[in-house]
Amino acid sequence: MSATRNDATVPMTAAPTSAAFGLDGAETCVRMISPNGAFEPNAAAEEFLPYLDRLTEADHRRFYRDMVVVRKFDSEAANLQRQGQLALWVPSHGQEAAQVGSAYATRPQDHVFPSYREHVVGMIRGLDLVDILRMLRGVTLGGWVPEEHGNFHLYTLVLASQTLHSTGYAMGMQLDGSTATGNPQTDQAVIVYYGDGASSQGDANEALVFAASYQTPQVFFLQNNHWAISVPVARQSRTPLYLRAGGFGMPGTQIDGNDVLASFAVTTKSMDDARAGYGPSLIEALTYRVGAHTTADDPTKYRDPDELAYWVARDPIVRFRTYLQGRGIEQEFLDAVDEEAADFAADTRKRALEITGPEQSVIFDNVYAEPHPLVAEQKAWLERYEASFDEGKN
Amino acid sequence: MNAVVDTNVASASLPMTKALNAGLRRAMFDDPKVLLMGEDIGPLGGVFRVTEGLIAEFGDKRVLDTPLAESGIIGTAIGLAMRGFRPVCEIQFDGFVFPGFDQITSQLARMRNRHEGGLIMPVVIRIPYGGHIGSIEHHQESPEAYFAHTPGLRVVSPSNPHDAYWMMQEAIKSDDPVIFFEPKSRYWPKGEVRFEQSGTPLHASRVVRAGTDVTVVGHGAMVSVLLQAAELAAIEGISLEVIDLRSISPIDYGPILNSVQKTGHLVVTQEAPGFVSVGSEIAATVAERAFYTLEAPVLRVSGFDTPFPPAAVETHFLPSPDRVLEAVDRALAY
Repeated sequence: MSATRNDATVPMTAAPTSAAFGLDGAETCVRMISPNGAFEPNAAAEEFLPYLDRLTEADHRRFYRDMVVVRKFDSEAANLQRQGQLALWVPSHGQEAAQVGSAYATRPQDHVFPSYREHVVGMIRGLDLVDILRMLRGVTLGGWVPEEHGNFHLYTLVLASQTLHSTGYAMGMQLDGSTATGNPQTDQAVIVYYGDGASSQGDANEALVFAASYQTPQVFFLQNNHWAISVPVARQSRTPLYLRAGGFGMPGTQIDGNDVLASFAVTTKSMDDARAGYGPSLIEALTYRVGAHTTADDPTKYRDPDELAYWVARDPIVRFRTYLQGRGIEQEFLDAVDEEAADFAADTRKRALEITGPEQSVIFDNVYAEPHPLVAEQKAWLERYEASFDEGKN
Repeated sequence: MNAVVDTNVASASLPMTKALNAGLRRAMFDDPKVLLMGEDIGPLGGVFRVTEGLIAEFGDKRVLDTPLAESGIIGTAIGLAMRGFRPVCEIQFDGFVFPGFDQITSQLARMRNRHEGGLIMPVVIRIPYGGHIGSIEHHQESPEAYFAHTPGLRVVSPSNPHDAYWMMQEAIKSDDPVIFFEPKSRYWPKGEVRFEQSGTPLHASRVVRAGTDVTVVGHGAMVSVLLQAAELAAIEGISLEVIDLRSISPIDYGPILNSVQKTGHLVVTQEAPGFVSVGSEIAATVAERAFYTLEAPVLRVSGFDTPFPPAAVETHFLPSPDRVLEAVDRALAY
């Protein structure tokens, strides 16, 4: 291979680590709570501080409770997969603060388009997490009706496909006059979750083009967890991902994704702006996929243990607990949350094992909304064919 | 040139572009949720002028001139359909649909199934397709088999202005996604459009010329080739029954099987390459269902299994009336 200028500047065999976009000391990255749990908003956080005034003591407790509960749920689901009860599990361990903070920035009338790792966002929007397990247990391709579960849309497994759906949905809000009327109680907006891996997909970029072009009421919430299975974020981008927003003509903000208050405050501003008609924006939440990509993955084959240790030391739950303790939260509350989480996980296990499979007719029933002769013939044929075995027994 | 087609008359002689325009316009009047989306479909009226005048009449909230990104057009149309709209997307040319292929096949086609029937996906994707127009690469393709192979999609193709007018409206009313292949080479010849009623459901095939010796089937621009072939065959005393498929998915086999009962011979034609094609599917199905009626194997006349060639040699690639008659002769020689 002949040498080019880029060979010198882009070491193709380098294994970039999270240090490339390190969390500590980045002045542009919005942070409210330091990794040691102290409330120390940096300069970038200043404009977002007023949004914290909206939080009550109960909200703080809810943030903590949800993060703890979902982590326990997450490890129980991974256990279920290991025991052969789920086809696959997609862990969210490490990303709880980014998800909880942003989810609480939504209002009931908003719509949420997840990728496939946003379990706690679904929980906050009113989804029964066992419904997520139904899909991963192989009894459905979906699992819930979004409009009946906090407008939390279905998981999408082809990376970044949902970014375009969310942009189209947000265009629909504009066209039917459901946004930017000046009433924050009813004006709607969309938040879409995707990741550093998906940021390379054409669809993610086309969604940003369309969103900017039509000025959709929409927040692109990019969780940069630093790894797309085994591909490090430095292979996806030579620039911090939030800076890409400017190229599309929208504001971009980088946050410490392991700081639940930063996530809440910045997303609240972005969603408020979107509902008020100020158009789309992008948030890059720097966080870390502490676990594997899925239960089929083995990160020990490609990740530096020191990097993992670096991020584990910045655990979002530990950080927020220390912060709450600094505010004087009683130990009884923390203990009660642990107990609730254990109960939640046990209940999840019990109900997951009770999930029953669908009827075979599910193969055919919802392929088309209107009658389709080929599908109807095949459905009837399968019924006759399988019934013929029963006849043989009689 | 910009004159709106008057559809309050019994009939009119129109080119397919104007018939499609009138069908879109009527659908937009009938249902305020119908939106048009696509590249250059606004003030320009589309590169084939099918949407001419519609942005002036309905405004830029009903006719969306989009950025140049096919996946973006389809993907946002899906979101709009989830929100209750009925988007009609224009893909500028057949060969440009593939950047949107994932959104069509992995998302649009499966969205209702994934939602366990909880939503409908009334999205129409218009694709000008096919050869005979002497254009450059990626502008003369016939990719219908890719979409016919995808469960969840419906695929149709009108052959004449009357069907174009009505099938467009019916496709828009369908609660399922419809891929609507418009035969470019038939855009400009005029034909009578009867505005009172269609006469044929969206997914019905139809005998367009009765005959007794050999059944010939095709869709889109192939239908006019088959009618020419039937004229030529008649001179030699051979009677062809010509069937306009109209719907590629699902396929309406009734008229085809009835015809084969009568003729015992079937020739299936298409501009697309023949390997794993719509014609292959029809041949296989008719062989399964009418084996004892057939007096000869079902023969296919297709484009070759090559990329669409340079336009200078396209007439050698595209099935002509003579190539159809060559297959008719072979079928009758059995």
